[in-house]
Amino acid sequence: MIQIENLHKSYKMGSNSLHVLKGINFSVKEGELVAIMGSSGSGKSTLLNILGMLDELDEGSYDLDGVPIKNLNETKAANYRNKFLGFVFQSFNLINYKNAMENVALPLYYQRVGRKERQEKALKYLDQVGLKEWADHLPSELSGGQKQRVAIARAMAAEPKVLLADEPTGALDSTTSYEVMDLIQKINDQGNTILIVTHEEDIAHMCKRIVHLKDGVILEDKKVDQVRADQYVQ
Amino acid sequence: MFDIERWQEIFDTIRKNKLRTFLTGLSVASGIFILVILLGFGQGMQNGIDAEFRGDAATSIWVWPQRTTVEYRGLNPGRRVQLVNENYQTIQQSMNADFDKASILYFPRDVQIVYKNDLLVYNVAGTNGDLQIIENEFLSEGRYINETDVAQNAKVAIISNKIKREVFSELETPIGEYITISGAGFRIVGVYGEYGEDEGEEERIFVPISTAQLTFNGSNKINNLNFMLPEKESFEETIALNEKFTTELLRYLKADHGIAPEDDRAIHIWNPIQEAKRFYTLGTAIELFFWVVGFLTIIAGVVSVSNIMLIVVKERTREIGIRKALGAKPWSVVGMIMHEAIFVTAIAGFSGLIFSMGLLEIVGPHVEVDYILNPSVNFGVALSTVFLLIGAGALAGFFPAWKAVKVKVIEALRDE
Repeated sequence: MIQIENLHKSYKMGSNSLHVLKGINFSVKEGELVAIMGSSGSGKSTLLNILGMLDELDEGSYDLDGVPIKNLNETKAANYRNKFLGFVFQSFNLINYKNAMENVALPLYYQRVGRKERQEKALKYLDQVGLKEWADHLPSELSGGQKQRVAIARAMAAEPKVLLADEPTGALDSTTSYEVMDLIQKINDQGNTILIVTHEEDIAHMCKRIVHLKDGVILEDKKVDQVRADQYVQ
Repeated sequence: MFDIERWQEIFDTIRKNKLRTFLTGLSVASGIFILVILLGFGQGMQNGIDAEFRGDAATSIWVWPQRTTVEYRGLNPGRRVQLVNENYQTIQQSMNADFDKASILYFPRDVQIVYKNDLLVYNVAGTNGDLQIIENEFLSEGRYINETDVAQNAKVAIISNKIKREVFSELETPIGEYITISGAGFRIVGVYGEYGEDEGEEERIFVPISTAQLTFNGSNKINNLNFMLPEKESFEETIALNEKFTTELLRYLKADHGIAPEDDRAIHIWNPIQEAKRFYTLGTAIELFFWVVGFLTIIAGVVSVSNIMLIVVKERTREIGIRKALGAKPWSVVGMIMHEAIFVTAIAGFSGLIFSMGLLEIVGPHVEVDYILNPSVNFGVALSTVFLLIGAGALAGFFPAWKAVKVKVIEALRDE
């Protein structure tokens, strides 16, 4: 599904150049649940941004579902993002004046899905994350865990090939974190490919594979026995 | 443009951001409102000035002699200048082409007016028929003095509506009645009136000039010369003709009466058009001033719209980032923001327009202040300012929107 070869990325900081990613080789197959770990400054967020086409690579190649991702203009990148990728952010990034259902329906608007169908689909995905009754609540009326579940529903509504989650549990307490991870595992069980950036060991071990990044290179890439989150969820 | 989904999205946004929308709309609507009201009153002043000068024919000239103030060819200053019939005849012969109407006035002094044993306290003036047009008098009854009266020294008189009211109120009509002026009987043949509420000039009884001179020992003396010049196509041409005519007139009269050419006070010329010119110039200046103020108001409106757009877009940077992460194309985001901006400014602009035009329509006809009459505004002008404001608002919204779209998603979404 994802094929990355010899990926380099550096940022210009004034006159200095900061080499963040120094030759990453990495691939993800369909249906995998991968945790990308590393301390801050290890390049994990940069890697995720490049995977999410939110940032461009300097060197190397990136194929997503057989499509080479290179030299995209804004419009094309927007198209690919809409078709291929779903995002979950640490700070949820829901639009605060839209209610839960409208937030979930938003990616479908950009897929030019009709209003009625958008709403039906949005309700279906909200139901999947257990928030159907909260459909007409604004983000400010939801708890952190609920917001993240709405964000996950929004990411899933576009039916992406890959779900990218940047510290999805970073702003949540551990009980809520496990609830969210339980949801992510269930979505993965349905065959969706998911990448999670995290620095929490317990969250990482709830994935099927852990990639350790340090100073811009992959230190370790191992398969793990998945810890199911539902055992922590009442 | 007509994308129903886009419209729904915009209405959602507007509904959920009422205050923001309201403030944007308010600045646009008030800008338009103030401009229209200002322009309306500018027009009102123009109308008012026009109306003020309707009382006398605007192109008329009154000439009357006074005393000389400069010594000339051995003649002492302080000498009284007396115009005579010959002056009038000469002017008619030599300068006939320059004026439409000419009249002369003779005011006999110490006359006694008696009607049925009552002494009347009014003035008597001898004149010819053209005075009616020059003084812009209307005829209520009967006829005015005509050339035949003058030629035949007819003993006829014209009285004013005021005199009719004060003296002849018991009669159905004063026409045919006789009044005695210094012993001579005059038959009333007409009743005239003056325009305007000021009836100061309705104190006069008019008789034929020839009769007046003959009956009241006036010989060939005249007191006033009045002219009415033709109105040219433009105001400037009329003014130029007026100046040329008065210059020549003065040159002739000064030469004929032995007045020093530099003596400006010996002969007085009253020239309403010169007064009018001052007011027209003032009116134009005021209109220009209103335009400038109005234009600055529009600029202020545009600036505040741009300001609000700038804040709106700044406030929405994160939202724009989210939308982009979800697959919004840059143009669709810019288009959405501009669409919303244009929609809000248009609605607000037109409501400001309708409200202010409505106010002018309702209040305008009731405004009765001196020099302000029926303030109104040219609809086309008002409409184009609305479009100007919409265009400016859209343009003002575009640049911040474009800038916001260019911000990378990761930066837009970065936690503060």
